[in-house]
Formats: sequence, structure tokens, C-alpha cells
Amino acid sequence: MLNVRTPLLAVNGLEAWYGESHILHGANFNVQEGEVVTLLGRNGAGKTTTLKSIMGIVGRRAGSVRLEGRELINCTSDQIARAGIAFCPEERGIFSSLSVQENLLLPPAVKPGGLPLDQVFELFPNLKDRLAASQGTKLSGGEQQMLAIGRILRTGARLLLLDEPTEGLAPVIIQQIGRTIGALKDKGFTILLVEQNFRFASTVADRYYIMEHGRIVDDFTNSELEANTDKLHAYLGV
Amino acid sequence: MFEIFGIPSTALFGQLLIGLINGSFYALLSLGLAVIFGMLNIINFAHGALYMLGAFTAFLLLHYAGVDYWWALVIVPIVVGIVGVVIERLLLQWLYKLDHLYGLLLTFGLALIIEGMFRNFFGASGRPYQIPELLRGGQNLGFMFLPNYRAWVVFFSAVVCFSTWFLIERTSLGATLRAATENPTLVRAFGINVPRMIMLTYGFGAALAALAGVMAAPIYNVSPQMGSDIIIVVFAVVVIGGMGSILGAVLTGFGLGIIEGLTKVFFPEASNTVVFVIMAIVLLVKPAGLFGRRG
Repeated sequence: MLNVRTPLLAVNGLEAWYGESHILHGANFNVQEGEVVTLLGRNGAGKTTTLKSIMGIVGRRAGSVRLEGRELINCTSDQIARAGIAFCPEERGIFSSLSVQENLLLPPAVKPGGLPLDQVFELFPNLKDRLAASQGTKLSGGEQQMLAIGRILRTGARLLLLDEPTEGLAPVIIQQIGRTIGALKDKGFTILLVEQNFRFASTVADRYYIMEHGRIVDDFTNSELEANTDKLHAYLGV
Repeated sequence: MFEIFGIPSTALFGQLLIGLINGSFYALLSLGLAVIFGMLNIINFAHGALYMLGAFTAFLLLHYAGVDYWWALVIVPIVVGIVGVVIERLLLQWLYKLDHLYGLLLTFGLALIIEGMFRNFFGASGRPYQIPELLRGGQNLGFMFLPNYRAWVVFFSAVVCFSTWFLIERTSLGATLRAATENPTLVRAFGINVPRMIMLTYGFGAALAALAGVMAAPIYNVSPQMGSDIIIVVFAVVVIGGMGSILGAVLTGFGLGIIEGLTKVFFPEASNTVVFVIMAIVLLVKPAGLFGRRG
């Protein structure tokens, strides 16, 4: 697929290390403005490390990560966040020493145009009811996930990195997260998603990249999904 | 005057007041230690030296620049806070990823160097610092005599402790601090300059120690070893209260000061050791400290 537009996020030759172990070996992919793109792959393929590398929170990284054409590979993670990328980690990162409200208000606004709080509550009505809870970690798993996503919507970042938002959640909550991702897309957010749950991904994603051993080995769009089902099963080992 | 358990009220309340005064300093110092430990993961053995530095700076300002106590209360914490920032940038920032022990050794070495320098220039003897005019004299409360300056110290340190607690536990800046204590990597990935925050936290802790030093100058003599005299007890206070708990540090500080004072009345022989006896018991029964979160 030939991209005429400058992609919102362009990743080229991305390499990453944790101490001595070399995890990413030159990953190449891009995300267009307004897209939902999913990274698929087996456990240990480097999906989470890819998100963390974009965010600048791995031990060492090399290659190129550009946001709207601006090179971020030498930036610290706070500078990357301020460039307009927001991250929702796999373990959700809810702070136990902060109340629900403090968790929600913690990430500072990095750009104008973040969602106002009432729109966050429209997406996640449960959060509003639990606002008084003294400890963020007293929430259920689903509520914690909503809090983790909700708090990064306020910041004005237009590119969201979501690491396995459905992990360990009940089907009804997963559906709600799926609807939320759709709604966020309608609001103009661009989303890079890491998923193990391929069926969930297929309900929200525009395009897919397949990762293996720290590289992108394949990619296709949602419309090409059916034609690629067998190949996909082979990649994911399902 | 009346008697309680055969002890004259003036003696009892007098010692209680001394306990409260000592407790004020324990609270201020252990508060700074707790804030620093929470954020930097460093056991700041230089805390006593920073406290001494605060007292000495006030003394020098008064005698060489004519800067009075009230201005010293403002200027000295700023000056020593800047010293703290410099220490953090030059030395401490390289240690965060290492074991606690390295920070402890480095700050202990720093304390020895600072103390040694002052002993070299000013000698070991204590120097008096006059109580500011406004706070001289005292009130006769009937059951005891209350010197104005001591009342001020208890009042002001309680205000400072409460303000610090409020700042950390009840404001959005404090929420960011607490979050950064828990998971600095993620807080930084939200766009917050965590290294700068850590630097300022050490500066703030140093400023608190210096403030305690200024307040202590008119009560204890200003001497190079005043920091090492008090810091051992303060460490015991922190161990009893639990490392990293703000409220725990404050309550334990005041509480142990009072217990120490009461011991002086009822069993003077134990007054110097009672804090350490309590520490040993707390370590046996609740190793994380009375207010500690981790077990």
C-alpha cells in the first residue's frame, strides 16, 4: 500500500534492548491519522516492547520514531508524551496511593483539545459513580481499565497506545471497551492497539501488523482479513 | 502548684514541654527524611548535617550580615534547599538504580565532610543564638511557666508539618509526587519531568531540615555536631513510624518526644534509651513500622 500522506506515526528500523537482551530487531510500520491499527503476534514477539519503545521507556532503543514527521528517537519519555502520544500500559498502572479522582486527573494536559471530563464520563459512566473511591486499586479490573483509558483522553494527545486493554476482562466489559474504541475513533483519535484477543481486534481495527521475533512480518487491512485467516492462524498459532 | 503521682506539676509539665519541643524537631526532621526516602529511595544520612547547616547559616547571617531570626526563617531554607539541589544533581542522581546502601554511605560521607568542615572553621564549642526580641519572656500558666519561644516552636513546627502533609496528601502536586513514588516510569510517560521533581524533592527535604535548624538555634547551642547528636534519635523515630509514611513520621516524632519527656520525670535513668527500646520492640512486633505500608 502506497502512502501518499505523511503518516501520523512512522516507525522505521526500530530496535530495543532490555539490558543485554535485544528484543526488537528493526520493526517498520506506520499509523495514519484517524486509524485504529493493531499489532498482533504471539507472546514474546515484541508487541508490548514496541509500544514501550515508541514511548521511550525501554532500556535502550535505536532506529526512527516520527510523529507528524518529527523525530522522537532521542527524546525522553516526558518529551514524547508532550509531543502528543499517550500510553495505557498492559498492567493498567492505576496508582494505589491515589484516589480514583486523583488517578483520573493525574496526566497533565499536553496539548489543547483533550476530552473534557463530562465526555470522559459519557464514555465511562461507571467511573463517575466510583469517583469518590479512596483508592484507585479498589476498583474492579474493568473499572481500572476504564480509568486507565479515561485518564489519557483528557490530555489532548491524539495518538493513543493501548496495550491489551481487554486482558482478563469479562465479555460484557470487553464489548464496552470495543464500543469505546469505536467512539474514540469517531472523535478523531488515532489508536495503536496491542492485542492477543484477535476476535476483539477484528471488531475495532482498520489494519493489522503481524509481529514475530521483534520484526513486522506481515500486514493487511480489515477487508483482507478473511482471505488471510489461515495465514493468521499459522502466525498466531491458534 | 499541685502534684501528680508525687511529682510537682511544674516538673511534670516542664518535662512534657521539653518533650514536645524535642518532638517538634524529631517530627520536622523525620518528615523530611520520609519525603526524601519516598521519592529518592535514599536514606539521607546527611539530614543532620543539613539541619546543622541551617542553624549555622542563621548564626552567620545574624553575626556577619545582621539578618535577624525572622528573615533567617525565610532565607536559610532557600539557601540550604539550593545546596540540596546541588548535592542531588552532582551526586545522588547517579545512585537511584543502586541498592539503598550506596545512598546511605554517600550521604553519611557527606555528613562527615560537612560536619568536619564546620568543626575546622568554627571549633567544636557551641555558640549561642539569641531568642528574637518578640518571643522573649513567657507566660505563667499557673501549673507551669511557658517560655514564649518554646510555644512558638511547637506551634510553628506543627503548622509546617500539617502544611507538608496537606501538600502531599491533599493537592494535585502531591498526587503527582505520590504517583511518581509508586511508578516513576509511568508518571514520566504522562509528560511529567520526574527527574526535576526528584531534584526539587531533595531540595525541599533539605529546606525542611534547615528550617528545623533555624528554629533550634535559639534553644540548643549552634555547634558543628548538633546534627549528629539529634539524627540518631530521628532515625529511630523514622524506623518506629515506618519509612515513607508522612503522617507516621509526624505523629511518631511528636509522640516519642513526649514519651522521652515523661520518662525524664518518672524514670530519668532511661530517658536517653527509651526511644531505642521502643524501636527494638516495634521492630520485633511490626518490622514495617507503626505506619509503614510494606510488610
